[in-house]
Amino acid sequence: MTDDALRATIALPHRLRHGGFVVGAAIVGFVIVTALVGPMLVPHDPFAQDLVNRLVPPMWTDGGSAGHVLGTDQVGRDYLARLVYGARISLLIGLSTVLVSGLIGTTLGVAGGFFGGRVDDVVTFVITCRLAVPLILVALAVVSLVGSSFLVVVVTLGLLLWERFAVVARATSSQIRNLDYVAAARAAGCSRGYILLREVLPNILNPLIVVATLEMALAILLEAALSFLGLGVPPPLPSWGLMIAEARDYMFFQAWVIVIPGLALLVFVLGINLLGDGLRDLLAPESRA
Amino acid sequence: MTPILTVERLRVEIPVKAGLLRPVRGIDLALSAGETHGLVGESGSGKSLTALGIMGLLPRRARRSAAQLRLGDLDLLPLGERAMEDVRGDRLAMIFQEPMTSLNPAFTIGAQLTETLRRHRRVSRREALERAAAMLARVGISSPRTRLAQYPHQLSGGLRQRAMIAMALLCEPRLLIADEPTTALDVTVQAQILRLLAELQRAMGLAILLITHDLSVVARVAQCVSVMYAGEIVETGAVADVFARPMHPYTRGLLSAVPVPGKVKRGEPLGTIAGVVPSLVGEIDGCAFRTRCPAAHDACVRPVPVRTAGAGRRYRCHLSPGATEAPP
Repeated sequence: MTDDALRATIALPHRLRHGGFVVGAAIVGFVIVTALVGPMLVPHDPFAQDLVNRLVPPMWTDGGSAGHVLGTDQVGRDYLARLVYGARISLLIGLSTVLVSGLIGTTLGVAGGFFGGRVDDVVTFVITCRLAVPLILVALAVVSLVGSSFLVVVVTLGLLLWERFAVVARATSSQIRNLDYVAAARAAGCSRGYILLREVLPNILNPLIVVATLEMALAILLEAALSFLGLGVPPPLPSWGLMIAEARDYMFFQAWVIVIPGLALLVFVLGINLLGDGLRDLLAPESRA
Repeated sequence: MTPILTVERLRVEIPVKAGLLRPVRGIDLALSAGETHGLVGESGSGKSLTALGIMGLLPRRARRSAAQLRLGDLDLLPLGERAMEDVRGDRLAMIFQEPMTSLNPAFTIGAQLTETLRRHRRVSRREALERAAAMLARVGISSPRTRLAQYPHQLSGGLRQRAMIAMALLCEPRLLIADEPTTALDVTVQAQILRLLAELQRAMGLAILLITHDLSVVARVAQCVSVMYAGEIVETGAVADVFARPMHPYTRGLLSAVPVPGKVKRGEPLGTIAGVVPSLVGEIDGCAFRTRCPAAHDACVRPVPVRTAGAGRRYRCHLSPGATEAPP
């Protein structure tokens, strides 16, 4: 390595030296950008059916056309448009679910960990109850009872996926409760609420962010699973899980109809997990400048 | 001159499974401005709970009672949690043993110092930073402006303890409670911190309640000393006086356990006090130290009289000074 190259490596911000973080951030960033501006750039309407041009293969295979880059599905809707629009659905489901579950789990966990005693007993009991609930089964039951809609899926998943937030928040805040800087803050005249917000929360944020990324990936997968079973977001909304479900009947004849949304799901979830792992390494206070 | 801190018959009681734990059993303390009062005793003697009791920071299950607890003219006994929050960090400050964990790792030194100041004083962010920098300079931290932007992990133990002292003194408290402030530091840094505390005290007219188990620290900086045993103050008086003529057998035991270069010969065993602190659950009849006392006799099961020996010098013992010097 030349001196210049060496210097460049050293000068590189340390975030960019974490391979997993870079790849994960690139994937997630790409999906976010796609979800935001993609539907405006794709020429086709994801809902417009065209029964003449059904199951057109992608443009790089035999019989493909430049008009439909990724081909069309069984009712002639443009696959690229549906995939891009589906990114929006997946991202929205993931983010809103994590928001709901993160709020529930963190509140419960911090309350139990910080106040201890009876409060903690109750929190621990609620967590145990939640862990005893079979996730998919309850989600299926609720969705089939209430009917499937975007909101129902988000609320159901949000109410089911908070236990890891609670466990992590509880463990970390019960450690922090006994640290000297909390005692010092109380000695400086800080109220309990202030200490929770200012001394406890910022110091348990890092593990919670990592949990959030993992839960987001899980929520997206669960939504896909629910959609696959016909109980996720209702058609004709182009969710990736729904696309896989609809492609099921054709997978032996036109493999790409299931491979494309499947691959998108795989890459996105992988990206989120890589990002979460990277954040865990980089967010440690010791690595801050 | 009115004393800064007046404590009379302070008790702390904590209900536990075995009964009522009574780690502080009616102690008296009085500190005036510019005075350093050492509170010494072994682990479990109730020193730290005394401090937390004064601060109103006891564990939730603990109960505090006292005949008097005053900070200057302010009666602390009837104050609720809200009112105490206003007093703490303002007129009454505390520093802790572990400088490595006493600062919040998530915020810069500057953010933490200005928070304290803005909590108790109506000042702008800019002025708060200004005063924080000035205070850091005052506690001997070089290039304070750079330090303000740094996180705690970037500071050494000595620097962190200085930053803690700066934070405690920002609102110019009347009383500083220092709970083992130098125990976690190495000896040279310890000396610097003690000198710093003494300087600041002189400049600010601060009263310091110094809690420690290190008698050499007390000898160096304190004017008065109270020796605690099993939740009671067994001996109190001026430092020079107490160290030269210890009246209580426990004080004598503590002093003989300190190696003094030149006085204690190499290889010669140091003094020890056999046994451990008795259980603090329930009442203790008679002298709490009699199970470990080399001079204990039949009278020690009876309630202990408080004897005086000269100005401000008191001790709790059945034995007269003459008798204790030659234990039977």
